[in-house]
Amino acid sequence: MPAVSKGDGMRGLAVFISDIRNCKSKEAEIKRINKELANIRSKFKGDKALDGYSKKKYVCKLLFIFLLGHDIDFGHMEAVNLLSSNKYTEKQIGYLFISVLVNSNSELIRLINNAIKNDLSSRNPTFMCLALHCIANVGSREMAEAFASEIPRILVAGDTMDSVKQSAALCLLRLYKTSPDLVLMGEWTSRVVHLLNDQHMGVVTAAISLITCLSQKNPDEFKTCVSLAVSRLSRIVSSASTDLQDYTYYFVPAPWLSCKLLRLLQCYPPPEDGAVKGRLVECLETILNKAQEPPKSKKVQHSNAKNAILFEAISLIIHYDSEPNLLVRACNQLGQFLQHRETNLRYLALESMCTLASSEFSHEAVKTHIETVINALKTERDVSVRQRAADLLYAMCDRSNAKQIVAEMLSYLETADYSIREEMVLKVAILAEKYAVDYSWYVDTILNLIRIAGDYVSEEVWYRVIQIVINRDDVQGYAAKTVFEALQAPACHENMVKVGGYILGEFGNLIAGDPRSSPLVQFNLLHSKFHLCSVPTRALLLSAYIKFINLFPETKATIQEVLRCDSQIRNSDVELQQRAVEYLKLSSIASTDVLATVLEEMPPFPERESSILAKLKKKKGPGAVSVTELDDGKREAGELNGGGDRGPDTAAMAASNASTPSPSADLLGIRSAAPVGAAQTNAGSLLVDVFSDSGPAAPSAAVNDDGFLSSAPPSEDPAPPLSEADELLNKFVCKNNGVLFENQLLQIGIKSEYRQNLGRMYLFYGNKTSVQFASFTTTVSCPGELHKPVEPLVEGGAQIQQVLNIECITDFSDAPLLNIKFSRYGGALQNLTLKLPVTINKFFQPTEMSSSDFFQRWKQLSQPQQEAQKIFKANHSMDTEVLKAKLLGLGTALLDNIDPNPENYVCAGVIQTKSQQIGCLLRLEPNAQAQMYRLTLRCSKDTVSKRLCELLAQQF
Amino acid sequence: MEPSRLKERPAADRRMIKFVLMVNRQGQTRLSRYYHSVELSRRAALEADVVRYCLSRKKDQCSFVEYKDFKVVYRQYAALYIVVGITDSENELSIYELVHNFVEVLDKYFSRVSELDIMFNLDRVHIILDEMIQNGHIVETNKSRILAPLTAIDKMVES
Repeated sequence: MPAVSKGDGMRGLAVFISDIRNCKSKEAEIKRINKELANIRSKFKGDKALDGYSKKKYVCKLLFIFLLGHDIDFGHMEAVNLLSSNKYTEKQIGYLFISVLVNSNSELIRLINNAIKNDLSSRNPTFMCLALHCIANVGSREMAEAFASEIPRILVAGDTMDSVKQSAALCLLRLYKTSPDLVLMGEWTSRVVHLLNDQHMGVVTAAISLITCLSQKNPDEFKTCVSLAVSRLSRIVSSASTDLQDYTYYFVPAPWLSCKLLRLLQCYPPPEDGAVKGRLVECLETILNKAQEPPKSKKVQHSNAKNAILFEAISLIIHYDSEPNLLVRACNQLGQFLQHRETNLRYLALESMCTLASSEFSHEAVKTHIETVINALKTERDVSVRQRAADLLYAMCDRSNAKQIVAEMLSYLETADYSIREEMVLKVAILAEKYAVDYSWYVDTILNLIRIAGDYVSEEVWYRVIQIVINRDDVQGYAAKTVFEALQAPACHENMVKVGGYILGEFGNLIAGDPRSSPLVQFNLLHSKFHLCSVPTRALLLSAYIKFINLFPETKATIQEVLRCDSQIRNSDVELQQRAVEYLKLSSIASTDVLATVLEEMPPFPERESSILAKLKKKKGPGAVSVTELDDGKREAGELNGGGDRGPDTAAMAASNASTPSPSADLLGIRSAAPVGAAQTNAGSLLVDVFSDSGPAAPSAAVNDDGFLSSAPPSEDPAPPLSEADELLNKFVCKNNGVLFENQLLQIGIKSEYRQNLGRMYLFYGNKTSVQFASFTTTVSCPGELHKPVEPLVEGGAQIQQVLNIECITDFSDAPLLNIKFSRYGGALQNLTLKLPVTINKFFQPTEMSSSDFFQRWKQLSQPQQEAQKIFKANHSMDTEVLKAKLLGLGTALLDNIDPNPENYVCAGVIQTKSQQIGCLLRLEPNAQAQMYRLTLRCSKDTVSKRLCELLAQQF
Repeated sequence: MEPSRLKERPAADRRMIKFVLMVNRQGQTRLSRYYHSVELSRRAALEADVVRYCLSRKKDQCSFVEYKDFKVVYRQYAALYIVVGITDSENELSIYELVHNFVEVLDKYFSRVSELDIMFNLDRVHIILDEMIQNGHIVETNKSRILAPLTAIDKMVES
């Protein structure tokens, strides 16, 4: 069907396209394409010189093939040749190919630049436009260097054609974005701003994009654009619908230009000049008025164009946030749209109203639409619209309507789409906490949340309800009663069992007076759920049981019976078995007093900000939930948490602190206070570990180094680090245990464990000889000196152990040094210094994320210094499993199905230091053929990217 | 409520069009133009993904969809979908109508445009698009000015 081709149709191309269209299968299509590629390749390689027409035809075919989704790796040279053609269509195809298929670091750029230079000086406006388009599309550094000084001149020169000016404006914008240092506006500033007055509306349209960008970066230099933009806008808004001829779209004068002008104004605060401001307010009022006028056309294009301007005007009104009258009018207008039959308008109105809700002038006006919004949440057929409705309800929520909104959101949750449930749960939890006036309502809400959407209730949410119950003694009895009732349900969610177990273990006594909830009834109820629960929940329940023994001595026999049975005491899970054994022993041998002290009620949790807010923020990214709003939430959360009115609790807290170290595993998931200790459980930390998912925490006293500080000064300066110290260090980047060093005399083994920003390292010094080492001292410097004594004598063949506690204060590059000195009987003093294998990656917390989250964050970390990249030769096996093991050993999460190329590895993690958290993303691209890797790291801190890149390049 | 609650607005210069796609109901791309760099290898996946999403939506659903970290505005013309990727803060309705304006320009040039016209005259469709959008920004909306270069070329060819 070649006839459809217009103009100087290329017959060969048309035939090829028809062939492709006629292909019956994907395979046939691929076959046809490969045939064509081979044909083109041979034509390009052939001895016969091709004429311009043929080159154009083949390049065009390549473009078409590219569009069908096939990679094109040749033809670039032919495209560049087309640039020097004098025929517009040939030149245009050349430029098109280049802007679609050449990236900015191609080596062809120099050739392309030459062609561009010729076209720019050709004085042929269509050629100039093509050349400018090309610069704007490719925008490489080399192009900026070649043309940045020339473009502004073309842009403002009096004799430049309008269409060239348009292209020049956008071209300059691109160069300014990619190489701002090369684009010096200085002398051109005022003439560029005055393009707003150009009589050609297309020039104004193009120039606004440039001016908007420039005024963001240099607001002061460009502020004259405000009054010019206002007067231009005013002329458009007040023009009759036919005044602007071809720029009128369905009776709306210059809609796109109006939107761009309104957008430019959003870069600045309200105009200070009264006259300008008056004129602008008048414009905005006119726009709002027009929305009420009967439409000039029934066409949807008319109303869409009109409303595009209206929404942009409302954005400006919200941006100014200073004209109560306009804000309320905007709100009323959006209110009308909420019930419009066009889904698009309802969506946009909900979205726009969300920002209006945060203005003090319009917050109340927004609230009047609550019923409509609730209705939207219930009845909208499009999930993205319902999502906007939920966002708006969240934004308009305050103390006055919190109960209604939370109730509606809860009932929506029962049928909500799976994709938005987790976010809804977080929002409900935040609102319930933020606006709780009475805590029984808060407790009810969270328990409802667990009942309705238990799977989506994250740890943060149920940790938080427990924290609040523990900190508020006025709600404890109610909470105990409510969880007891909730647990009666034949099928309850495991999260409910967790909350129930914890709360009854602490406060079951408050409802024990009622025979319907006597201690044994409570215990039997909890235990009836036990067998259906996962290991962590069972562990929690075991802790609740031992608490029961303390609270209610009458349950002791029953509970001991349970603990004693084989399924507990011989449980194949070590954690459960250990708890059963220890709790059984504790309950049998400890006196009532000891038991009471050990199992004291949990002390109030220290005031911390709620982590569920942080989680929501993380989920939505900074754009959706504003940062300031979150601060607001935190403050109110603190208030709820009980602040100073804790009165009677304080004493109890002090008392119990003696035996129960402050809860280490963290309710708020921020950091734990102590590293995981040795395998022995400290009775004092019984319930502390309820929150932690691995092992009991050691009491903080054991971590204290103070008592070990030695006063003996080292007798000799430590030796400089061994030459192989770095190499030894590198062995431990991806593993935690092993032999750090070995020579004929001494072997140093290491076992270490890390958690959050804390670590503990066991060093084993083995004497390989048969004679004693005397005056054995070790010193760790990092960089200040910490001197740790070990047993000064190491017998022949013996091994001594040393424990180091490590806290990562901030990110670091240099590993701490370990100096060891000792003298061997009859030998010289040995003095050697090693690098302790403590590297920044040890403090990684793995982060699982979806592909979209990953790429969003990858993009957010786009500043050049945040990225570190290395291409290096493989030093070790490139086996998949080996690589995976190494990447896991690194401490990050190894994410599957993220990278479109399954050969590549993608990891994510957060480095925990005391002062901050550093997010890191990693991508490792192996090239098995070349035996090479490309490693790319993006971290929120540039020094970390660099350091990790250095460390890791040694590992593969 | 204090003024500090005012939501921080995203920088206005980040508003832009990220790509324009024309795809048919079978998911075949008929035109694609990117205004931000997307690795060649990623494009096919992105196009397939976006198109699948748009095709799965019903007529009464909203024409704006959040996709990853950007928004997609789409409009259907018979068997052809025009899909525009925009940054989050771009004005959705103005883009929605820009699409229609683009189609009207194509209609004017090809007198009732069809998918075939676009396939067989890809170069010309690109010229039209480039006259309207450059670098992710709208540069021209006036139909006769958009068509001016093409009309000139066609005249040259005829004479």
